[in-house]
Amino acid sequence: MTKSTISRRNVLKGAAAGVAASTLPAPMIWAQNIKDITLRQFGTGVSNLNEVASKVKEDLGFNLEMTALDSDSVTQRAATQPDSFDIADIEYWICKKVWPTGNLQAMDVSKIKNYDKIVGIFRSGKLTPESTIAQGTAPHSVGFVDGPDGKSFASSETGWMTLIPTIYNADTLGIRPDLIGRPINNWHELLNPEFKGKASILDISSIGIMDMAMVCESMGEITYADKGNMTREEIDKTFAIFTEAKKNGQFRAFWKSFDESVNLMASGEVVIQSMWSPAITAVKSRGIPCVYQPLEEGYRSWGGGIGLSKSLSGLELDAAYEYINWYLSGWVGGFLMRQGYYSAVPETSKEFMSENEWGYWFEGKEATDVITSPFGDELAKAGETRDGGSFYDRMGAVACWNAVMDENQYMVRKWNEFIAA
Amino acid sequence: MTASSTTPPKPRRAPGLSRHLLGWLLASPLAVVLAAFLVVPIATIAVVSFWGATEFSIYPAFQFDNYEFLFSSPVTYTVFFNTFKYAAITWICTLLIGFTVAYFLAFHIRNQNLQIGLFLLCTIPFWTSNIIRMISWIPFLGRNGIGNTALIQMGLIDQPLEWLLYSDFAVILAFVHLYTLFMVVPIFNTMMRIDPSLLEAARDNGASGWQTLWNVIIPLCKPGIMIGTIFVVTLVMGDFITVRFMSGSQSANVGRLISNDIALLQYPSAAATAVVLLCTVLLMIAVMLRFVDIRKEL
Repeated sequence: MTKSTISRRNVLKGAAAGVAASTLPAPMIWAQNIKDITLRQFGTGVSNLNEVASKVKEDLGFNLEMTALDSDSVTQRAATQPDSFDIADIEYWICKKVWPTGNLQAMDVSKIKNYDKIVGIFRSGKLTPESTIAQGTAPHSVGFVDGPDGKSFASSETGWMTLIPTIYNADTLGIRPDLIGRPINNWHELLNPEFKGKASILDISSIGIMDMAMVCESMGEITYADKGNMTREEIDKTFAIFTEAKKNGQFRAFWKSFDESVNLMASGEVVIQSMWSPAITAVKSRGIPCVYQPLEEGYRSWGGGIGLSKSLSGLELDAAYEYINWYLSGWVGGFLMRQGYYSAVPETSKEFMSENEWGYWFEGKEATDVITSPFGDELAKAGETRDGGSFYDRMGAVACWNAVMDENQYMVRKWNEFIAA
Repeated sequence: MTASSTTPPKPRRAPGLSRHLLGWLLASPLAVVLAAFLVVPIATIAVVSFWGATEFSIYPAFQFDNYEFLFSSPVTYTVFFNTFKYAAITWICTLLIGFTVAYFLAFHIRNQNLQIGLFLLCTIPFWTSNIIRMISWIPFLGRNGIGNTALIQMGLIDQPLEWLLYSDFAVILAFVHLYTLFMVVPIFNTMMRIDPSLLEAARDNGASGWQTLWNVIIPLCKPGIMIGTIFVVTLVMGDFITVRFMSGSQSANVGRLISNDIALLQYPSAAATAVVLLCTVLLMIAVMLRFVDIRKEL
């Protein structure tokens, strides 16, 4: 999806030139040495975009090398090859797995200019003071450690952050309204026999299990103490329900990569499935109706952030902090928000979005004009509203966060059984 | 690899080197390459299969946990059964198609240029990658794919056939498509070596076409069939991507079990599965080689 063509780049450049070329004060101290610095970043495809790297070169002067991998490979690399990267762009649940290896270093929030403006989800855990914290690996629960060398996660803000939040979203089921023809309001519809042979779920165990849990709870079959940290009994029950559905032919296929989910939906092989936001966009941009259906039980949410390799020091560490500050200063946020994700510091991103875009993506208002993605694809026409509404409607309705469980290994074995069943 | 026996009795150029030593030296480059790129990696896999793993790291140990889990899990047996099933069905299909194609090329095409031309035609699909050839079936077999649309328009079916894609049928179809040539080539090769006078003799002695095929051609083609079989069986047994794509991730074979383990950083468990798979395949080949002496062919 991130294969940007020449024309896309040109469109982007045009857009980028439209906004202020550089709103940041130029870094003074190391202006000369900076050009020689190359920071190696790797992460999942969602935010590892070449556009970001070229903008870094333009605004900050140093090189950013991007490698995009799938979430399993990202975990593997962060855990096993600490010297192969400087910056890890990982999800919070991956952080929970990787932090104990000691391959990442904690970040001093006093060096982060916009720290105070970071959304509450990543600090206190609460979106608004009244919010309740969702189940699963909530970002704030793995977001802080006690000190620069802290090994265990702290329960509240300490001034030492593990990951600087960069991107997050609320996921739900994608549907083909034209092929379903009736309202879908609950997660349990995924296993509704009406959609026999036309449903799909993703074959990434750590995320798939959460979608399964949302479905089982919605069916009223299981009530979980914590969907993000199930007991063996809960895992067994969940898989029993899904294995039965699989044997009855409920699923058309399982998907592992983004493109597969797009093709399944666009070709009509599948009419209801777990899906990610940009995949919906990709289906829509082919002129095929597709809705990211808000459901009564709420969303399964995920968040990513950037962490620094243990081996970063000196000038390169300074450059990394400069990069983080730049990341939170708005341009990237705007770039990501115009694709349907959320930025950790929405108010800075606002400056990089038109009023129409801000209204559509963040406030859930009707678009007053055509909404286009940063790559130039038309995503919505005037008068349309975003599926699920405003930022507070969507992020306020999170039922659980992507998680890694204590019984993870057991769950993975069960997942293998499910696939082989 | 008895290089020493083929060297001349008295190498004059190297008076200081004994015949024996020279032989070792001549064999050593190949030995080093094989040791470095074949023996050491496999030995490593075998060693790691006894190690332990946590969620994000592996640690040296000598324990049988991985094997214990592997052999005690019902999934292993289902998955191995599935793998054998794919291998067996693919083998039968590729053998029938491959033998027929080779037979046609070897005995029905008299013109040698045409023979070579047609043979090259068979290899054209190999100009693109394996994955592309496999994935191109997906739009063809889909619910609204070319296949179903054509059948509906011809009035043969009312509802799209669901089992065409994301099913065992699709997996085996892709395997047969991908690997038939590996059967054609060795069989064609052995057929070309059959002395035509043998066929004439068979006919002179009153054998019918079927009798010639059964009593003369097939026995003489056995080494070729066996080489093709080894190719096809090992390729299918070791595959994981075809099964994943064509079954829509709904079926598993041993390769997928290994790839899932690797994705989840469970290297020791993946290694143990790999060792078991390797032993199984070696065992199968050993049994096959007891029936046919393929060295006659090499």
